[in-house]
Amino acid sequence: MMRPVLNLLARIGQGVMEALARLGRWFVFMLGLLPALPASLLRPRLIVDQLYQVGVLSLQIILVAGAFVGMVLGLQGYSILATYGSAESLGVVVALSLVRELGPVLTALLFAGRAGSALTAELGLMKSTEQLAGMEMMAVDPLKRVVAPRFWAGVLTMPLLAALFSLVGVLGGYAIGVGLLGVDSGSYWSQIQSQVDFREDIINGVIKSVLFGVVAVWIALFEGYDCVPTAEGVSRATTRTVVNTSLAVLGLDFVMTALMFNV
Amino acid sequence: MRDIWVGLFVALGLLALTLLALHVSNLLSLPSGKGYFVTAEFDNIGGLKVRAPVKLSGVVVGRVESISIDSKNFRAVVGMNIESNYSIFPIDSSAAIYTSGLLGEQYIGLSPGAEDAVLKSGDRIALTQSAIVLETLISQFLFNKAAEGDKK
Repeated sequence: MMRPVLNLLARIGQGVMEALARLGRWFVFMLGLLPALPASLLRPRLIVDQLYQVGVLSLQIILVAGAFVGMVLGLQGYSILATYGSAESLGVVVALSLVRELGPVLTALLFAGRAGSALTAELGLMKSTEQLAGMEMMAVDPLKRVVAPRFWAGVLTMPLLAALFSLVGVLGGYAIGVGLLGVDSGSYWSQIQSQVDFREDIINGVIKSVLFGVVAVWIALFEGYDCVPTAEGVSRATTRTVVNTSLAVLGLDFVMTALMFNV
Repeated sequence: MRDIWVGLFVALGLLALTLLALHVSNLLSLPSGKGYFVTAEFDNIGGLKVRAPVKLSGVVVGRVESISIDSKNFRAVVGMNIESNYSIFPIDSSAAIYTSGLLGEQYIGLSPGAEDAVLKSGDRIALTQSAIVLETLISQFLFNKAAEGDKK
């Protein structure tokens, strides 16, 4: 009679304990990584290698996705704006939605899938083959040698990728709007320039993407560093990276939009 | 080899940021920051927003910087920053709120007066004309029509 209730209570208790333990490990990881960050700047070689892995190899998906998002925005925006006879504002619709929201957010989501999952899997495998423990044996701090360069690379990469995404998107919208649907080229650009503000829109977009970069890399590195060192553990950690990063980025984006753009 | 790719990537990213700043945003058309601040009172500012342009003969000479309410006479007070190389406005200039196109954004149009003294920072433009609110216009028109009908 009481057994199912007790079982349920025990499961809830276990979940809470596990969550608290994870929070504690996350905090310890954070405290360990923070002092390792400045030290790793002394070895830029490691950061450049990671920039290649995290940044250059993500270019393809970011550029293609940006172009197509811009083109879709161009098509959809045009069909709505044309009903109100203001198709000239197409540029503003495309540019503002890309620079403010879609650029940083979609870049972060793609980054989580392309680079974040790779970082987690790499660190997880390093842990399960005891490479990290081996480093510690040789008095090499894996946080400084392995984790911190990846952190810097991710944080540096994100705003650059987001800017490329937005720019390619605006050009994609231009190709569709001006090339295909016959919006005037001059008014496409002049409307954009008169409506998009440097401080309000561009800078806020960059701030967003830097913050998303920190969040995405941090989650990816923590999940890899913290994973259960088995094949299954690594696969679970990789999944958690993508899911948690996506949720964190989307939630954070709402909060930041509410704070930044007083609508 | 990798170094070249990383260099290319960072250069491309920075180039994209610069292009966004220069070509997509209004960084180049922003007032240089140095300018003078004048205010004007309106009965109704319609849909005027902060950062809306202030124009003279269609040329942008400044931007709206603040919009507030005068708590004594309940009129809207619009503060605008006018670029310092346009410190040519006679003190009896007037300001009006216009709409670009039928549904476009609203802006402030200045028309110069005839005095010799020019507007300085902190001055208030005395002559103003409020925004035309479409609903008021339509209701006035209907009212007039109804009044005409009564006469017949």
